[in-house]
Amino acid sequence: MNIVQIKLRDRLLDAVTSSDALVSVFVVILGFLVGTALVALVGRNPADMYTAIIQVTTGWNLTRGVWNARYIGEWLVMSVPLILCGLSMAFAARAGLFNIGAEGQYIVGLTAAQFVALFGPRLPGFHWMLAVAAGLAAGALWGAIVGFLKAKYGVSEVVATIMMNYIAFFVSRYLTQLIPGANTYRTPAFPASGRLDGGFLQTITNGSRLNYGLYIAVFSVLFFWVIMEKTRFGYALRATGLNKEAARYGGINVSGSLTAAMAISGAFAGLAGAVVALGSFSYGRVLGGQDGYGFDGIAVALVGNSTALGTAIAGLLFGMLKSAQPLMQSRQIPKEITAIISGLVVVFISLRAGVRLLVEWRMKENARKGRTDE
Amino acid sequence: MNAIEMVGISKYFPGVAANDRVDFSVSEGEIHALLGENGAGKSTLMSILFGLYDPDEGLIRIRGKEVRIRDPNHATALGIGMVHQHFKLVRNFTVTENIVLGLEPRTKTGNVDLGRAEKRVAELSERYGLSVDPRARIETIGVGMQQRVEILKILYRDADILIFDEPTAVLTPQEIDELMDILRLLRDEGKTIVLITHKLKEIKEAASRCTVLRRGKLVGVVDVSSTGEAEMAEMMVGRSVSFRLEKAPAKIGEVVLKIEDLTVLGSKGQPAVRGLSLEVRAGEVVGVAGVDGNGQSELVGAIAGLLPVKSGRILIKGKDISRIKIRDRIRAGLGLVPEDRQTHGLVLDFRLDENLVLKSFRDKPYCAPNSFLDFKAIASHAEYLIEQFDIRAGSGAATLAKSMSGGNQQKAVIAREIDLSSELLVVAQPTRGLDVGAIEYIHKRIIEERDKGRAVLLVSYELDEILNLCDRVAAVSKGIVVGVLDAAEADERRVGAMMAGMREGEHRAD
Repeated sequence: MNIVQIKLRDRLLDAVTSSDALVSVFVVILGFLVGTALVALVGRNPADMYTAIIQVTTGWNLTRGVWNARYIGEWLVMSVPLILCGLSMAFAARAGLFNIGAEGQYIVGLTAAQFVALFGPRLPGFHWMLAVAAGLAAGALWGAIVGFLKAKYGVSEVVATIMMNYIAFFVSRYLTQLIPGANTYRTPAFPASGRLDGGFLQTITNGSRLNYGLYIAVFSVLFFWVIMEKTRFGYALRATGLNKEAARYGGINVSGSLTAAMAISGAFAGLAGAVVALGSFSYGRVLGGQDGYGFDGIAVALVGNSTALGTAIAGLLFGMLKSAQPLMQSRQIPKEITAIISGLVVVFISLRAGVRLLVEWRMKENARKGRTDE
Repeated sequence: MNAIEMVGISKYFPGVAANDRVDFSVSEGEIHALLGENGAGKSTLMSILFGLYDPDEGLIRIRGKEVRIRDPNHATALGIGMVHQHFKLVRNFTVTENIVLGLEPRTKTGNVDLGRAEKRVAELSERYGLSVDPRARIETIGVGMQQRVEILKILYRDADILIFDEPTAVLTPQEIDELMDILRLLRDEGKTIVLITHKLKEIKEAASRCTVLRRGKLVGVVDVSSTGEAEMAEMMVGRSVSFRLEKAPAKIGEVVLKIEDLTVLGSKGQPAVRGLSLEVRAGEVVGVAGVDGNGQSELVGAIAGLLPVKSGRILIKGKDISRIKIRDRIRAGLGLVPEDRQTHGLVLDFRLDENLVLKSFRDKPYCAPNSFLDFKAIASHAEYLIEQFDIRAGSGAATLAKSMSGGNQQKAVIAREIDLSSELLVVAQPTRGLDVGAIEYIHKRIIEERDKGRAVLLVSYELDEILNLCDRVAAVSKGIVVGVLDAAEADERRVGAMMAGMREGEHRAD
C-alpha cells in the first residue's frame, strides 16, 4: 500500500472505532456485504435482494414500476414489537442486567391483553387502551419478580428469566384454553372495541395491518430516552449498571434500582405482547410456540448499543429484513439469507472487543514510531 | 561478573513506553535497589526479567550468557526467583506444603515425601536465619513470616538471583528491620538481590548501588553510600522535593466523630473491627496507623455505610449514623475518600462532571424537584472544582473518568468529598499509587481542611504519611486501637511497636 492508502485506511479505522454508533453502522454494512456474497454464491442475483429491500422500505416495486404503500405499513408492523423488545433488553442492560426474559414478559403481556380484550368493558376507545395497559402491567410484574429476586436474594437474572419464560408460556396456554369457546389454538374473536385500531394509519398505507402500536413504539422510545438520559432515576440506573459498588457508595439504592429497571424492562416487552395480540390478530391465540420477538430484541439492543435511538433504528433494520423475506422468496432467493445477515451482524457486533484490540495495537505501534521519530 | 545485564530494554503498552531503552545491570553478590515512582517502569522491567513480558527491544544476559526468557518457569530454571508484593500462598496448607507445591519429592511408592521436604526446608531456614516452622499452617502465621515462606519457596528452587517487589509495603517497622537483616545475610551467602522500592530509607540501609527510573527511562545508577537521600529523591521525581510538610499548630474544637465500642465483621464473617473506640475533634487530623489487614478497611466501610455495624455506635456531632442510610450519612456532612478510587470512588465510564455529583445528583441545584437533572448546574459545578483542585482533564467537565491519570482521578474524588464534607472528612489511602507531585498536593489540601476547622480521619498504611500529616496517631492492631499518641511523642519506633500489638511499656515477647 502506498502512503495515501495507508493514511486513508488509518483515517477510516479511527473513524469507525471512535464511537459505538459507528461500529454498529460498519458492522451492519459488513453483514450486508457478506450476505450479498452469499446470494451470489448460491447462484442468485444479489440485485434481487436489494430490490426486495427497497420495495419493503419504500413501497416501490422496481421490476414492475408500481408503488404500494402497504409494504411500508407491513414493515413498520413487523418493526414495532422488535423495537419494544429491543428497548426491554436495552433498559435492563443499561442498569447492568441481562434480561433474557423479554420473551416471557412478552407472553404474559400478550395473554393479559387478550383476556382484557375478550372480557373487559366494551367501551369504544377505552377498551383496547385498558387491554394494552393490562399487557404493560403484566410484563412489568413479570420483570419485577426477577428484579426483586436478584436484588433481595442475589438470584442470577439470567437463570431466573429463562425459567420465567417457560412458566409464562405454559401458564398462558393453560389459561387461554380455559376461555369458553377456545380450542387448542385460538379463542373466539375479539370484539371490535378490544382491537388495536389502525384508522388513519391503515388508510395511508393502503390497508396494511399498521396500527396505533406505532404510536406506542414512538412514545416508548421517547420515554426511554428521557428517563435514561435526563432524570436522576436514569442517572442512578446508569451508575448502577456501570459500577454497582460506586453507586452504593454514592448513596444510590441499588436493590431498588435493579427492581425498577427490571419492571420497566418487562413493561416494554409486555407492551410488545399487547400490540401484537391486539393489532395483528383478531382473536386470542393459544400459543403453539414462542413468537421469538423477545429473543430478537437481544440482537436489536446489541446493535443499537442499548440507546433509545439506536434501538429504534436497529429495530427498523431487523424489521426490514424480516418483512423482506416473502418478497425475496418470490424472487427465488432463499429467505434464510436474511436470518444469516441478522446473525452475522450480531456476531460482528460481538467482535467489537476484537476491534478494540486492533486499535490498542495500533496505538502501541504509534508509540513505537513516535519514539523512533525523536 | 554481572549476574544480570539488561541492555536497551524497551516495552510498549498502548499509548505509553513503559520501558524506553533501559539498561540495568547487577553484579553478583550485591544488593541492588531499583528506585522509581509508581508508573516509572520498575515492575515492567522486572516482569521482563522474570519472563512475564517479552521485551519489544533489547537483550538480556544472565551470568554473561545471552538469554531470551520465555516464561517464569524458564526464569526459575535460570536461578531467578521473585518475591511478589502479594503473596501467593495456600492458606490452609503448611509452610512445607506451600514450598514444595509443584515440586513434591516422592517416595518409592509415589507418595509425597513430606518428611524429606520438611528437613530441607528446616535446613534452608536455619542457614539463612529465617526461623520458619516448616509445619505451621499459613493461616496461623503472621505476614512477616509469610513473606519468609515466599523467600524459602524461591531458595528451595535454588534461585541465586532474588527479586523483591516492594517487600516492605505490608510490614511493620520492626519486621522491616528484620527483613533488612535477612537481605544482608542472603547477600553474604552469595545471593544476588534486586530490591524494587520507592522508599529511600530502605535503600540507604541495605543496598550498595541503586538504579533510578523515571517515566520509563533510565535516569542513572548511583553508589548508595556516597549519595544522599535528597539527591536520590530528586533523581526519582525530576525536581527537588521537600519531605517535611509545613503546618500551623492545630486549633482544636469540639468532638465531631465519636466511635464507641465498634464491632464490624470482615468478609469471612470473623470480627475484623473488635470493640474499637476513637474520637476526632474539629480542626485536627487523626491518623489510623496500622499494617494492612488489621480492620482498617472494615472501619472505613462501616463509617461509609457499606458494611453493617455489628455493635457499637458511630456519632457525628452526637448523632448516631451507624445504622442510617448512606444517603443520610452524606447529608449529615460526611465526606469519605474510599480506599480504592476505581471500585468505589468513581464510575469510570461516566464523565468527570457526572462523577463529581455522584453523591449529590439527586439534590438541588443538580436536580429539579420534578426529578429532571440540571446539566448546566452539573457542568458548572465541575468547572468550579476542576479549577479549585487543579484537576487536569483533557476535555474538561466532559472527560471520561477512565481516560484520566490516577493522580487526577484521585484529585477528583478528593474534590468531591471535600466539597461535601461539612463536618467530617474521612480519607483512606489517599495517595496510594500516586506520584510525588500529586501526593504533595493532596497532603496540602488535607491540612487546609483541618485549618478550616474540619475534623479529619486519615487511614493509611504508609507510616510516613501518618506521621507527616497527623496531630494525633491511633495505632491499630487486630481491629482495636492499641494506643493514641500526640504528634509530638509519636515516632516510628513507638507507633511501630504499637502497630505490632504492644501497648506502651511492653516489650517484645521474642
